[in-house]
Amino acid sequence: MAVVSKKVGEKNWVRRLWITFFLGPHLIGMLVFLVIPILASFVLSFAEWDLLTPARWLGLDNYAALLGSADFWDALKHTFYFIFGYLPLVLVLGLGLALLMNKNLRVRLVFRVAFFLPVVSAWVAVALLWKWLLNPRYGLVNWLLGLVGIEGPGWIFDPNWAMPSIILASVWKDLGFVMMILLAGLQGIAPDYYEAASLDGAAGFRMLRSITIPLLSPTIFFVVVISLVNSFQVFDQVYVMTAGGPAGSTQVLVGEIVNNAFRYSRFGYASAMSWVLFALIFIVTLVQLWLQKRMVHYQ
Amino acid sequence: METRMSFIRPFMGLVAGLMLALVMVACGDNTATTAPAATTAPAATTAAAATTAAATTAAATSAAATTAAATTAATTAAATSAAANAAPVTITYFTFSAAPDHLKDLDAMIKAFNAVYPNITVKVETASYDTYFTKLQTLVASNTAPDVYELNYENFVSYANKGVLYDMSSLASADKTFEPSIFYPRAYTAFAQNGKQYGLPESFSDVVLYYNKDLFDKAGVAYPTDSWTWKDEIAAAQKLTDAKAGVWGTYQPVQFFEFYKMIAQNGGAMFDASGKPTVNSPQNVEALKFMLDKFNTYKVSPGEADLSSQPDSDTALFKDGKLAMWRSGIWNFGAVKDATFKWDIALEPGNTTKAHQFFANGIVISSKTAQADAAWKWARFFTSSTEAAKIRVAASWELPALTDQSLFDQYLKQTPPPSRQIVFKALETAVTPPVIDRESELQDATTKELAKAKLGQETPQQALDNLQEQVTKLLQPK
Repeated sequence: MAVVSKKVGEKNWVRRLWITFFLGPHLIGMLVFLVIPILASFVLSFAEWDLLTPARWLGLDNYAALLGSADFWDALKHTFYFIFGYLPLVLVLGLGLALLMNKNLRVRLVFRVAFFLPVVSAWVAVALLWKWLLNPRYGLVNWLLGLVGIEGPGWIFDPNWAMPSIILASVWKDLGFVMMILLAGLQGIAPDYYEAASLDGAAGFRMLRSITIPLLSPTIFFVVVISLVNSFQVFDQVYVMTAGGPAGSTQVLVGEIVNNAFRYSRFGYASAMSWVLFALIFIVTLVQLWLQKRMVHYQ
Repeated sequence: METRMSFIRPFMGLVAGLMLALVMVACGDNTATTAPAATTAPAATTAAAATTAAATTAAATSAAATTAAATTAATTAAATSAAANAAPVTITYFTFSAAPDHLKDLDAMIKAFNAVYPNITVKVETASYDTYFTKLQTLVASNTAPDVYELNYENFVSYANKGVLYDMSSLASADKTFEPSIFYPRAYTAFAQNGKQYGLPESFSDVVLYYNKDLFDKAGVAYPTDSWTWKDEIAAAQKLTDAKAGVWGTYQPVQFFEFYKMIAQNGGAMFDASGKPTVNSPQNVEALKFMLDKFNTYKVSPGEADLSSQPDSDTALFKDGKLAMWRSGIWNFGAVKDATFKWDIALEPGNTTKAHQFFANGIVISSKTAQADAAWKWARFFTSSTEAAKIRVAASWELPALTDQSLFDQYLKQTPPPSRQIVFKALETAVTPPVIDRESELQDATTKELAKAKLGQETPQQALDNLQEQVTKLLQPK
């Protein structure tokens, strides 16, 4: 590479021009609609702006107001409630399903499609569906519970059951995605390991614990990272199913951001909240990367 | 998969708004700096005063109205000759109330307008009420505000305070044939702020008591009268409720707009005359307790779970003949007109006094418009011309806020309900919603605390104590 002829250099230059040409539109789009707004939201988080009157510099006031706001802490609490309910459920059920689907069942394809269908459906449609299913008086779920003699709860109308309802709908929707990714991971595990283990007398749960899970750990790690980041931003299903109610019991962080920005025109305050959410996700991801070194095994 | 992009999703929502910031900065927009700082003092005085102020009765003004109508006709004739050879102008008009049901009626009004002013083209843009204000504030912020647009009274105050509206006072005084007295006075003054007229009232509506005559007859209960109080309502509701048949005695949603009216019916208010919050006054606590008792103590009102989870489920319940009494807006006449039973409306039962919700939409002109004269002509025609008013009444597109009773003759003749004059009688005790600069936050906080009380998480006293604290904070300068 030390000696580069003039001709090659020219070629390189042309090549770079073409690369820029093809990447340009996308890069400009990203710059205009993503990078600049993100930077602007950072600046805005130190100001007050209602779109109609000029912005006013506030320094750290927005962040201080945030920490002193009961609504913010409630939203944070509800977001964590969602995460701790949703994540373990979707992982364990997803893994169970993936293991089942990995068997040589004849109807395997039908099930794979059936479980993946909710993943590709729009959240609004799914949330509306669940809103109906969970209707305490006319819903299918309570009717079925009634058949076995259980009086179903008020679901989305009961502050104690509203978040579990949302978790239930979310798990149902995302199960197929988790299953699909884990299934791909399972199929990537070389049969040699199982063969060797069974020669050593391992079977059943032992096989799962010592062979499958460790070898699946990179895939599990991927699913956890993705799901966690997504669940910090839970919003669509909440917005459609409960709109944060009853009595604010399901108001989550993104809901609070949207309300403050677009209902209350407090763009600075909402930006500050976005950056707090970003910091939270960033920290959690760092922790996960650190855990990855200790707990994830690559083949 | 949505996963790749999900990392930035929380910020995506802000992107649109933030872009505008940059555009504004880039364009060196300094006109906005002339806007006065938003006042934090509540405009609630209007609301508080409204309770006590004697409303001009429609009947009393009908004499004056006749002359007003004549004036309108005269204007039309005069304007025709003046406008015939004027240069062509295009103005934009942005509305939420026309779409989707009344676009045809709006077109008819524009056609009538163009018969008088052939040189002014009105370009209509619409948005649903849910998205209207988000879109509007972006348009205003990006200096592309429509020349003329619609605002409901609750949102009007903050727009007026932010200096983005055209002061119509000069336009009104320059227009020699314009008579403010043709408007229903409460509605006209609602669209003034700090002594300036920023809007013309376009339409009004109020809330009355609907009742199912068949259910009353079946239960042998006398129909509601003007002298009914809350006690009479409860007593009747208890007789009318039939849990086995799924029939409920009475219903009103527990939310901000019902609350401000109910406390007014009990002599209370959310703010005193000086604008200080009086949310947790004893009258207010008693009113909230009454609202909740209907659900929890007397069990004469359907709870959330008893209504289906669809919006407007109370409308459906009434229309199905499962609800005997229903506090609801006159805009629902159309929705229940095909009901298979006989129904009518009455004044709402009050407690210490009568009170009825009053809602108004107004037409405003952007302070940045280059076509103020054309904008004024359209605003005036749309809100107060006989032609437009007739189209509006015929279409039941709310009601024009005009005092000319002859316009309403056709409206009053329609049935159901037979007692349509109640719509106007209720105006005598109309109360406008309390309005502060941070109005959406006030409404949301109220509805949330009321919900907590309804669920039994807080007593009515605790809920209103909490709300008092939150409202006090909302009034503080940011």
